Amino acid sequence: MWCGRLAVGKVKMSDLPALSTDAGLTIAGETYGSRLLVGSGKYTDLDEMRAATEASGADIITVAIRRVNIGQDPHAPSLLDALPPLRYTILPNTAGCYNAEDAVYTLQLARELLHGHKLVKLEVLGDEKSLFPNMPETLKAAAMLVKDGFDVMVYCSDDPVQARMLEDLGVAALMPLASLIGSGMGILNPWNLSLIIEQSNIPVLVDAGVGTASDAAIAMELGCAGVLMNTAIAGARDPVRMARAMKLAVAAGREAFLAGRIAKRFAASPSSPMAGRMT
Amino acid sequence: MQIELNGKPHVVAEGADLAQLIAALDLTGKAVAVAVNRQVVPSQSWAGRMLVETDRVDVVRAIGGG
Repeated sequence: MWCGRLAVGKVKMSDLPALSTDAGLTIAGETYGSRLLVGSGKYTDLDEMRAATEASGADIITVAIRRVNIGQDPHAPSLLDALPPLRYTILPNTAGCYNAEDAVYTLQLARELLHGHKLVKLEVLGDEKSLFPNMPETLKAAAMLVKDGFDVMVYCSDDPVQARMLEDLGVAALMPLASLIGSGMGILNPWNLSLIIEQSNIPVLVDAGVGTASDAAIAMELGCAGVLMNTAIAGARDPVRMARAMKLAVAAGREAFLAGRIAKRFAASPSSPMAGRMT
Repeated sequence: MQIELNGKPHVVAEGADLAQLIAALDLTGKAVAVAVNRQVVPSQSWAGRMLVETDRVDVVRAIGGG
C-alpha cells in the first residue's frame, strides 16, 4: 500500500505553476516526449512487438545484444528492421551480464552495431534467481563506461547510498528496481524510491517490477522521471491494450505529481458545506 | 584453418579476412557488429583484418530484450 509522498520532496508544490505543461523527459541532454520506456522482449512475434510499442507511445526502446545463430536464415526479419530508427531511440542493454567486463564489452559491440550511439542501459546481475543487481560490479562498469564516453542509464538497487555513488560517477540516469525483474509485484518500497528521487540531480526511473497500470501511476506520483517496463506489457493477455493503459497511467501519474496530491488524514472532511442545510 | 566463431569451432580458408568470413556467413550489409578477441572491429576495417588460428570472433545483433 502506498503511503503518500515524503514531506521532504525536492519539488515544492507551491513552486510549480498551477497548470505547468510537461516539457518531457531529458536524459543526457536529449528530450523525449514520452516518460514511458519499453522493452522489446517476450513478444510472440515482431508484429506484436511493433504494435505494442506503437501503442505505448514510447520513444526509447530497449534491446538485447546477442550472438548471431550461425546457420540460421540470415535474411529473416530482424528486430532493428521492425523499429524505424527515425522514430525510436534504441537503448541497448547488458541483460545477462554478471560482471563489469562482460557488460562493457557488450555495450562496445552495441555502439558499433548502432553506429556510434552513446545512450545505453547498464545492468549487471548478481543472482540468477532474483536477478538482483550486483552493485559493486555495476559501479565498476559504470565508471568504465562513463570514461569511455557512454551516456549510462543504470539498473540499480533502491539503496540511496549506492545511487549517490552512481550519480557521482557521472551516469545519465538512475533506474532502481521497484520489485524483482519480471515479477509484477509493483512498487514495494516507495520510501527508498522517494529518498533517491529527493537527493538526485539526474533523472530517476523505475526499472523493473511494474505489473499493471496503477504501479506505473504510483511510480510517477512519487516523482519518478519515467518508468521502464517490458514484461507487464508483453506478458499481458492483450499486450497492445496494456501498452495503451501504461501510456495513460504514466501520463496520469505525472499529472497527479505536478498537480500535488492532498495530504492523507485520518479524519473525514466533508466535501459539501455545512451551511444552508435544511435540518 | 580453425578459428572460434561465437563460441564454437569454425573452419575458414587460410588467409581469409573478416570481410570474407562475414560474406561467407551471408551477413554482409546486415545489422551485425564484430569483435575479434574481445576487441570491436569496425565494419570499415573488416577487409584486411586477417584471421589467424585461435582467433575468437564474436558476431552479434540486436534482439528483443527489456
